[in-house]
Amino acid sequence: MKLERPDARGRFGEFGGRFAPETLMPALDELEKAFESAWSDQAFRNELDRLLRDFVGRPTPIFEAERLSARLGVRILLKREDLAHTGAHKINNALGQALLAQRMGKPRIIAETGAGQHGVATATAAALLGLECEVFMGEKDIERQALNVYRMEMLGTKVTAVTSGAGTLKDAVNEAMRDWVGTVENTHYVIGSVVGPHPFPWMVREFQRIIGDESLEQLGDQLPDVVVACVGGGSNAIGMFYPFAGLGVELVGVEAAGEGISTGRHGASLTEGSPGIIHGTRTFLLQDSDGQVQEAHSISAGLDYPGVGPEHAYFQELGLARYVSITDEESLTGVRLLAQTEGIIPALESAHAIAWIEKAAAELAGKTVLVNLSGRGDKDVQQIAEVMR
Amino acid sequence: MSAERLSSMFAATRERDGTALLPFMTAGLPDPGHAVEMFEAMAAAGADGFEVGIPYSDPLMDGPTIQEGGARALAAGVGLAEGLEIAGRVVARTGLPVLVMTYANVVAQAGPDEFARRAADHGISGVIVADLPLEEAGFIKDAVERAGLGMVLFAAPTTTDARLRLIVDADPAFIYGVAEVGVTGERIEASSRAAELARRVRALTRTPLVMGVGISTPAHASAIAGTADGVIVGSALVRRVLEATSPKEAANSLSEAVAAFRAVL
Ligand SMILES: Cc1ncc(COP(=O)(O)O)c(C=O)c1O
Repeated sequence: MKLERPDARGRFGEFGGRFAPETLMPALDELEKAFESAWSDQAFRNELDRLLRDFVGRPTPIFEAERLSARLGVRILLKREDLAHTGAHKINNALGQALLAQRMGKPRIIAETGAGQHGVATATAAALLGLECEVFMGEKDIERQALNVYRMEMLGTKVTAVTSGAGTLKDAVNEAMRDWVGTVENTHYVIGSVVGPHPFPWMVREFQRIIGDESLEQLGDQLPDVVVACVGGGSNAIGMFYPFAGLGVELVGVEAAGEGISTGRHGASLTEGSPGIIHGTRTFLLQDSDGQVQEAHSISAGLDYPGVGPEHAYFQELGLARYVSITDEESLTGVRLLAQTEGIIPALESAHAIAWIEKAAAELAGKTVLVNLSGRGDKDVQQIAEVMR
Repeated sequence: MSAERLSSMFAATRERDGTALLPFMTAGLPDPGHAVEMFEAMAAAGADGFEVGIPYSDPLMDGPTIQEGGARALAAGVGLAEGLEIAGRVVARTGLPVLVMTYANVVAQAGPDEFARRAADHGISGVIVADLPLEEAGFIKDAVERAGLGMVLFAAPTTTDARLRLIVDADPAFIYGVAEVGVTGERIEASSRAAELARRVRALTRTPLVMGVGISTPAHASAIAGTADGVIVGSALVRRVLEATSPKEAANSLSEAVAAFRAVL
């Protein structure tokens, strides 16, 4: 059974929890209480709903991809998170947390970012609400997602390059956490996915479940057979899955197989990892036998993460969802396929979900599949052009 | 039992009305072959015990210096087995109490009981886990104490009075007072938060209190000395080893630094 919320220790079954330095514990307690109070306060909900409608452009439509459906022999519906302001689902969470920071009286927010979408979303929310903002981004990601760096800077956010580790999402999370350990008294950490210590995985899921809740409303009694979403940290996927879990719809999460599972260079933490602790939570991760976290690899900066949200570990254990993976190369085919059949260039992350449908088309024949198109691909065009060259 | 080394150290410190000096050093610096010499040099210069860092890939409580130290040690092949081995040799060579410091996943993957048993076999006195708050500490603390070692718990300037009482009630081997709101790393100014934290802990308990994080100079240490049973100095020492051009230079530099801290404690 899916859990409305994790238990008192922040656990989804044996996953989750709060493995954080003592310095942060009072802030995590405070955040949990502040979120509880805000989430049951109609005035806060109304304000967030208003911004999601008038600023973000929600509800995002569901679009029937007819040419793609005909091509693959599968009826494909796209939940158009790519049409949300700033170009991805990340804004749903960033705006929610920024409003909460304001309510808690924190004048400064920080965030980590991989693809840059969460950084842009947080920078946008900060500009909208008049908060100071700093975003930590790995130097490799700064290179491959340069467009989003310019966007954040234009929005008045300070972008700080992270040079430790491989210079990707994991390292950006480390650096944001370190900043927070030193600034927690006036700063809120707007974590970008359903990861981190409790209450983040629960809170971010609540901010993202609007994707699935809206979809259910838009579909009425016409439930799809399968719901698909890509999984990096897992926020767009859990936001889509959570409302559908228990309704008899098959849920499929698509992780990054990178250069191929057998090469060891991938980001498939749920299917190839093992339980352990990363960034404050107990979940599946890529690690060696000594508990050292391994670098993930994906062409897509947003899926290039060796951990995953604890609720996905719980969903996998209970069989509420199943998890598969798609390689870099397959995802590029997915980009082209959607672009050329539907006129939509998806983010590389979202292209993993499209590519899985293509790969599993025989198994899916005649079924209705709802895909979460988590973001648009503008940010990736330069990188894709370079890879293809 | 090895935990007794630690309690006798605190007893002796209180007896002489002084403050214990506990240098932190990542295991395996400047290289695994010269690691133990670093600790011997610090022991000869007056250290009372050691915190030996078992490197971890994602040390989110550490600033740039200890991050770099850990990354270098990992690159030189220092994992849990090598780290414990080095810590054990430090115990054997110096006779001083040694604690190991690491992160929760390193202990979780080894298995808390297996980790504690191996640490005990190496004569280690206590365990510090940087990302393990009281609420999650049970599975490691129980195993560590079953093996006859001491478990350390943290208190920070941000810790509320209610939390502080729970931490004291859990009866740790000592309370690690986090002297700064922030991660490890050298600071220019002495902490403005340490004295108040020490006073709050002292008002509640006689459990030994050791202050660490940001204590970078003898002046910082002496400002705190009267309020605590011990001080931990980390980044200021690790930096010396990282900067040294030879193991001999590293040992000399450590010896000089530790003597300067010793002189004010
Ligand atoms: C468009 C898009 N989709 C998916 C992701 C992956 O994150 P999550 O798994 O939390 O949805 C990202 C992250 O940057 C993204 O930008």
